[in-house]
Amino acid sequence: MKILTLVRQVPDAEARIKIQGQAVDLDGTTVVIDGMDEYGVEEALRLREAGADVEEIVALAVGPKRNEDALRTALAMGVDRAIHVETDEKYDAVALSRIVAQVAQAEGASLVLVGGQEADWDSQALGAASAERLGWPQLTWTNELKVEGDTLTGRHDVDDGNESFRATLPAVVTTQQGLNDPRYPTLPNIMKAKKKELRKDDPATYGVTPTVKVVGAEIQTRARRNTMIDGKDPQAAAQHLLELLRNEAKVIA
Amino acid sequence: MILIVAEHAGGKLAKSTLEMVTAARGSGREGPVTLLVLGQGVTGVAKEAAAVADQVLVADLPALAIYNAEVWAAAATQIAREGEAHTVLIGGSRSGREYAPRVAVKLDAPYLEDVIGLSAQGDALRAQRYTFLARVTESVEASGPMIVVTVKPGAFAPAAPAAQPGEEYDVDLDLPAPRVEVTGRSVEKSSRVALAEADVIVTGGRGVGSPENFATYVEGLADAIGAGVGATRAVVDAGWRPYAEQVGQTGKTVQPQAYIALGVSGAVQHLSGMGKSRNIVAINKDAEAPIFKVADYGIVGDVNQIVPALIEAAKK
Repeated sequence: MKILTLVRQVPDAEARIKIQGQAVDLDGTTVVIDGMDEYGVEEALRLREAGADVEEIVALAVGPKRNEDALRTALAMGVDRAIHVETDEKYDAVALSRIVAQVAQAEGASLVLVGGQEADWDSQALGAASAERLGWPQLTWTNELKVEGDTLTGRHDVDDGNESFRATLPAVVTTQQGLNDPRYPTLPNIMKAKKKELRKDDPATYGVTPTVKVVGAEIQTRARRNTMIDGKDPQAAAQHLLELLRNEAKVIA
Repeated sequence: MILIVAEHAGGKLAKSTLEMVTAARGSGREGPVTLLVLGQGVTGVAKEAAAVADQVLVADLPALAIYNAEVWAAAATQIAREGEAHTVLIGGSRSGREYAPRVAVKLDAPYLEDVIGLSAQGDALRAQRYTFLARVTESVEASGPMIVVTVKPGAFAPAAPAAQPGEEYDVDLDLPAPRVEVTGRSVEKSSRVALAEADVIVTGGRGVGSPENFATYVEGLADAIGAGVGATRAVVDAGWRPYAEQVGQTGKTVQPQAYIALGVSGAVQHLSGMGKSRNIVAINKDAEAPIFKVADYGIVGDVNQIVPALIEAAKK
């Protein structure tokens, strides 16, 4: 089996976000590999280490030049090679899934791993949209995964709890916190990664145009009252808070 | 027509469905608001749906007894095509956001995900949505003969019943066999109000101290004021509380009237799940905790001392 694992680059959670014109401007912002995708890279490696018949693990990134860093990280973690569709175009998840599906098909992948939610678009759509384009089943919000032959078993979160599942490859799996603890690349592996193939693809060959246009962006912060209550006397503080919640905020009876 | 796939659980229409009706009616998109009820034994749900919609399509089929992304996507797609819907609204629940992208791909339609605002701009549809861990509100626009939208729970007011109930029609569907087999299910049931429906939520973080303290203080306060219970990722990772209670980027997004955070530091990932709450209350002994920056009411103090007093006072 070949595994295709997606990596995206997103602003660090603690980084300051700025707006330029009508859009978020990431110039000068610290960017990191999306944590959700990192679980996917790690899981691909673990499946191979656990004895699944993994022929090759390929990492894919679609985005600006700086995404090379995310791919190098994936290579240093242990993936075999990487493909970078270098573009400054911002693709929404449904448009991006066209590229993912084409690469998965061209590579003959039978398992695609995608992060459960992108930390930039706050979207959960990429896995499902890619699965639909490929005509494959999907398992989202997975927190346990096993592959034996072409049988996929595991557990994933659903609306009201979680489910154990069984499915047959090919499939798309979305990954999340709790699935594993991603490894840190070691220095020797970082050195080795420099020699691994990082192929550049021309976005034009995929014939994809975005279907959603961003027309405005605002950093919105709700004005908060910031009323601080002295906590030295717990009884008095509790009483005061309750009064405020009842009479000022009017949120409890 | 505007097609809304109804969300329901336990034989009752979910609040999110009423919110989608409001989103649809306020969007400026034309045509009757049609609710599609998928499931088995959903007569009661269909009746509730008829009270708020212009018409209700009911697919009461054994094949729809258990939710499955591929089956739900096929169902919504068929009805959207046959009914010539120009707008398809799906709930922004975990399952809704799981099958909606498949519907968009099947219909070759653009997809506006997890929206908090919706308005027609000529032939296009404009939406607002939170991005970058809910730190930014972006306006996005899409156009086409069909557009698929998921609506964020809690972003719109629930619709009130219409003067005239809508007509109900039974529909038949040609559905695929599910390819994912569910081999076990663990439902995290709680006697308390569900997080998505709760007006008030009490959430505990690591600062609460222990699983026992969580039960005493977080659950104790929630019970005293009739609130739902939430937990931070750290608490869930530590195994103190079930994942179903997790609020934040990797858990649930909530927007209650009041969010009471006990021993919660306020990491960005947590704020992205609760930062839009109408009122935020923080009790934490660390005066530097980032949660205080977004709080309406804050007490710097020990949860173990302040919460028992709070429970006592609330009971009076």
